[in-house]
Amino acid sequence: MIILLIYIAIFIGAFFTVRLINTRLAQRNDFTSLKTVTFGDESAVTANRTASVISVIAIFLIWGAFTGSSLVPVHAPGPYVGGGQFDYEVLHPDGRRDTATVFWQVEATRGAAEDIAVADNDGFARDDAINIIKYRSGQLLWDRNDETDRKAGARIVAVNGQPTDFDPNARDADGNLTQDRPRFDIEHGSATLTDKGALLITPDQGWQMEPIWLPAPEAVWSRVVEIAGAGYQNSTLLEHLGWSLFRVVLGFACGALVGIPLGYAMGLSDWFRGWFDPIVEFMRPVPPLALIPLVIIWAGIGETGKIILLFLAALWIMTIAARAGVSGVNITKVHAAYSLGASRWQIMRHVIMPNSLPEIFTGARVAMGVCWGTVVAAELVAAEKGAGMMIMVASKFQLTDIVLMGIILIGIVGYGIDILMRRVEAWLVPWKGRG
Amino acid sequence: MSGLTLENLSMRFDLPSGDHVQALQDVSLEIKTGELVSVLGPSGCGKTTLLNIIAGFLAPTSGKVSLNGKPVTGPAQERGMVFQKGALFEWMNVRENVSFGPRMNRVPTAESAPRVDRLLDVVGLGAFKEKAIYELSGGMQQRVALARCLANDPDVILMDEPLGALDALTREKMQGLVLKLWKETGKTIILITHSVEEALLLGERLIVMAPRPGRIHKQYHLPFADMGVNADLREVKHHPDYTRTREEILNMIWDMEEEIMGRSEAST
Repeated sequence: MIILLIYIAIFIGAFFTVRLINTRLAQRNDFTSLKTVTFGDESAVTANRTASVISVIAIFLIWGAFTGSSLVPVHAPGPYVGGGQFDYEVLHPDGRRDTATVFWQVEATRGAAEDIAVADNDGFARDDAINIIKYRSGQLLWDRNDETDRKAGARIVAVNGQPTDFDPNARDADGNLTQDRPRFDIEHGSATLTDKGALLITPDQGWQMEPIWLPAPEAVWSRVVEIAGAGYQNSTLLEHLGWSLFRVVLGFACGALVGIPLGYAMGLSDWFRGWFDPIVEFMRPVPPLALIPLVIIWAGIGETGKIILLFLAALWIMTIAARAGVSGVNITKVHAAYSLGASRWQIMRHVIMPNSLPEIFTGARVAMGVCWGTVVAAELVAAEKGAGMMIMVASKFQLTDIVLMGIILIGIVGYGIDILMRRVEAWLVPWKGRG
Repeated sequence: MSGLTLENLSMRFDLPSGDHVQALQDVSLEIKTGELVSVLGPSGCGKTTLLNIIAGFLAPTSGKVSLNGKPVTGPAQERGMVFQKGALFEWMNVRENVSFGPRMNRVPTAESAPRVDRLLDVVGLGAFKEKAIYELSGGMQQRVALARCLANDPDVILMDEPLGALDALTREKMQGLVLKLWKETGKTIILITHSVEEALLLGERLIVMAPRPGRIHKQYHLPFADMGVNADLREVKHHPDYTRTREEILNMIWDMEEEIMGRSEAST
């Protein structure tokens, strides 16, 4: 919640700052800046690149600030590390009262700080000491060194002067507590009593995320370096990503190789159209992920199964794209080609095929995206190598940094595929959308 | 027998509702080689259907078309066609579009390339030979379409409202170009238009068609195309005969349109 508010604040703050800077700087006189009506004019709304850069930086800043990253100068308050103490008052079964002190300290890892030595004090309650690990709570058996104990009926009646009448021995017939457990405010944290009357000390947790939930950016980066060199689960990072990519490319290529001719046939022949229409229309809405169990039954969890799955994921998309490309040919183009003396084959080769390229590229971009998503999911289920397998295994060992690294790299590769496809498209079909 | 002959052409479309449309009824026409014929008529008079039959894209329900004595059975390169728009191949540049016909007919490049170059110069695209189609204006695209048609050296050129999508100024320039090409090449041209002025200026012979059923209503033999070849088109428009004929044809077409309106109102 706090993170969301900070994010919104950065969004609004950056907007006004950038606008202020822009108005202060020299006036731009391009066509869009001279338009007086921009609201509702779609052509006047292009992505503000400054906003994009700030957006990415903001995410990294928030990530770093809330994980205590050394790359970020400002941090959210972290968990308390250090010492503290508080007093508690014990009621002896015979009615006497005595006060003792708890000395506690939070250490970054177990054994990082030396145990505190406490001197015996007078009275039946003795001082206690406890070490607590960062982000954790510590349970203190305060009666361990006292002259009485909880079994005998001794209980805490006040912490730092905050009284309580909580009695852990007061139970109903079912053995449940009859009173709510009290909560005491202490310096740098809080304390409470357990069901059995022991002390539970919870130091301030701060606003930062524990590495097991969200590791700092540099931890993820060091994992990238480590796995790129030494590897994880018998394969280096490049091998994992390379295998995933290889499967996608091979599966997509097979899908396109079958799908495009099939789509052409469906666009050119009513028999093919009629024969394959029910199959294609039925298979198109079936998510490829739903086919994973069947593919595993048929082909096992090896490479063949994955290629078949990706082939099926790409096949229907490419078929429909090719069919739409053929059907979308302007009939005057075909007429023109005929009256210029072109044969059927020449019309196929010089008119219908190039005319369908824009549609096929749109389909190919969609298919590559779907294949990339499907391969990761298929590797999550079962694989020996691959990006999905890497993060699945890492998550079982709670290696959140590897999981995070995997997700980021999967995103980057997916984005890279799309950009590459767009480049190829702009190069091969420059007339797209300009006919 | 030289020229294009249409004998008793009829075209009837059966509609799914059981009704039918008589797009053409008993159209007979003789067009001599080298003639420039413009066809005019209100919408629905079957003029595009007529052109599609001549081109060979449609087979008539009865009657026949023959060119130089040979019956027309399908599209062929001897009958070139210029469309209103959208018929150019965007994946080819200007030169590749114009040389499409010769390439498809396996004419050696050495033979066709000089002709293609010359045609591009004639239509005024000498500086745009390597440009992509989508980089050209509408008028320039129609110049490419004209050149592409001529590159195949057809006997007859069929034009389906070739200037219909152009703005008025470009259109006037292109009308001059069509006349110039007609004079230089001596091709038979059949031009369909819905502009009375264009039909008058470009047609050596003007055929006015009437709708429902589509038929030839009246024919004119006009001097304006020959005048336009030698003089400014603008001057032709001030000729008293031109003004008189234009008014006569406009009234004729208005009457037809009113008749259609009246008939459809009576039937509803």
